Amino acid sequence: MQQGFLSKNPSVPVFLGILAAFTLLITLTAEGTGTGAVSATFVKVLGRTLCLALIAVAMDLVWGYTGILSLGHFAFFGLGGYMIGMWLMYQRTRDIVVASLADTPIPATETEINDAIGNQIFGVVGSSEFPAIWVFADSLPIQLALVVLVPGVLALVFGWLAFRARVTGVYLSILTQAMTLALALYLFQNESGLRGNNGLSGLQNIPGLEAVPPATVTMWFFWASALALGLGYLLAAWIVSGKFGSVIRGIRDNEARVRFLGYSVEAYKLTVFTLTACIAGVAGALYYPQAGIVNPAEIAPIASIYLAVWVAIGGRGRLYGAVIGAVVVSMLSTWFTGGRAPDINLGFYTIKWVDWWQVALGLSFVLVTLFAPKGIGGLVDIFTDRRKAGVAGEAGK
Amino acid sequence: MSTLLEVSGVSVTFDGFRAINNLSFQIGPAEMRAIIGPNGAGKTTFMDIVTGKTKPDEGRVIWGDENVSLLKMSEAQIARAGIGRKFQKPTVFEEQTVRANLLMALKHERSPLQVLFFKAGPTDAERVEELAAEIGLTEQLERISGELSHGQKQWLEIGMLLAQDPRLLLVDEPAAGMTPSEREHTTSLLVQAAKTRAVVVVEHDMEFVRRLNCKVTVLHEGSVLAEGGLDHVTQNQKVIDVYLGR
Repeated sequence: MQQGFLSKNPSVPVFLGILAAFTLLITLTAEGTGTGAVSATFVKVLGRTLCLALIAVAMDLVWGYTGILSLGHFAFFGLGGYMIGMWLMYQRTRDIVVASLADTPIPATETEINDAIGNQIFGVVGSSEFPAIWVFADSLPIQLALVVLVPGVLALVFGWLAFRARVTGVYLSILTQAMTLALALYLFQNESGLRGNNGLSGLQNIPGLEAVPPATVTMWFFWASALALGLGYLLAAWIVSGKFGSVIRGIRDNEARVRFLGYSVEAYKLTVFTLTACIAGVAGALYYPQAGIVNPAEIAPIASIYLAVWVAIGGRGRLYGAVIGAVVVSMLSTWFTGGRAPDINLGFYTIKWVDWWQVALGLSFVLVTLFAPKGIGGLVDIFTDRRKAGVAGEAGK
Repeated sequence: MSTLLEVSGVSVTFDGFRAINNLSFQIGPAEMRAIIGPNGAGKTTFMDIVTGKTKPDEGRVIWGDENVSLLKMSEAQIARAGIGRKFQKPTVFEEQTVRANLLMALKHERSPLQVLFFKAGPTDAERVEELAAEIGLTEQLERISGELSHGQKQWLEIGMLLAQDPRLLLVDEPAAGMTPSEREHTTSLLVQAAKTRAVVVVEHDMEFVRRLNCKVTVLHEGSVLAEGGLDHVTQNQKVIDVYLGR
């Protein structure tokens, strides 16, 4: 069955091959494992980009294939980051506290240790009590499960309410924006239990790995991100290749027809919405340790809109298009806003890319939507069509 | 004769406009029926009610041997219970192949999880071939259905309905926009289908209705004006006044 699946979907082995080759190339040249031509800082940028590509694949599944323009999937991404961040921050603070209390003549009690950790983590929001939601923060397996469960349950509840009420189109998009905005505003509060606007920080320090050089840990995260992207891509490709894929594309193109064929459209939408939220959670849990910090600004409404822009520019309805869009746009964005892009002096006015990048991005989004609805990924069609035409031509002779 | 579908005393109002007014209608298990009537007579609304798209304000819609009410069921549940619907405009999944369209319609489990792990077996492939032969699209199976002609799309949609293996087929203006030879094919498809199941055809075109050679129900202002053979109803003075005379 697997062979049939791959031969029917030639883009999947091609994509996985390119991803593997890219991973190998970076491994051979990186600071941590290879020649050192690529700095650890840049490897982190690349690892984060792979995570963004993974959430873009999820976005393509929900928007490009099922036709649900969710503008709230970054909320799930952020929640994934928060869930893993709770364990990272708790455990690391605990290690530091225990080490500092080791010299005291009377061994510290568990309560004293906990109070000290609480003070360290929550002092910044004027508290030292552990909020109830931190109850599992000392358990890595539970927090890892929550990386998937929290976004999944939120998506399930939200989706159930929205889809059951048959909210579709732009109304659903607005509703998802409201969801991510409400979540961001809630997390901004100091009382949210997740350190308000400070967010969770120091996530790049992985507890228990102090002895491992940071450049090596960076490589581990890079590999994990590549692996997650590969698996996520494979899963998404498998889902869209079968009858399930037929049904969700049918929902995108004509919801009523699917309904009158006897399929419960709402159940399918809910399945895809929830599954993609879980994938987004995993992507976020890999992204934020490589970023070092997660705070409520990350899940502001604009973040989810960017996600849709990546997928649109890359080409929706084709998984590699989402990856291309996320990689190209997010890398360009880093370059242009990083201050290294040369300003353009027009004599009467100087275009500073830091200010003008967003305008250029918005403009290119409009242009792609109007003139190239297939996006960058559409370029692949030109190549494969030509090859197919060539083959047909040969056969005709 | 036993009844497959019984609609009784159904009324529905949209913004004060009474689209269906105390309508009663019955059809047997293997019967062809044509519904005719002027625009606004409530033909499409009638279909919407039977398929669960519109909920009536009052009345009953009873289905099948177990006499279940369709009013509490969703569109998808009604479709699974055995009522297939063809829209006026041909609605097929234009970006997918004819084969994918038919496979999606084939009678199988419809829940997301079961569909996710579904694998088409040899019997499914055979059934698709059979259906394709029936609707005359054997050569087109691997084509993207958006490339089909108008008539072929209509047949594909009828094929999708047959793939569902429904007990009742509701067909909205199947002959609209077809060439005479295409109409002939459509007629034979529907007549063939009506041998084993109930078929309700909503149609404007009298010539087409004559060819179906079946009992006719005339709707007017949301209720039944006359019922019987085509010749019988066309001689009915009320029918002539509201419909044919214009």
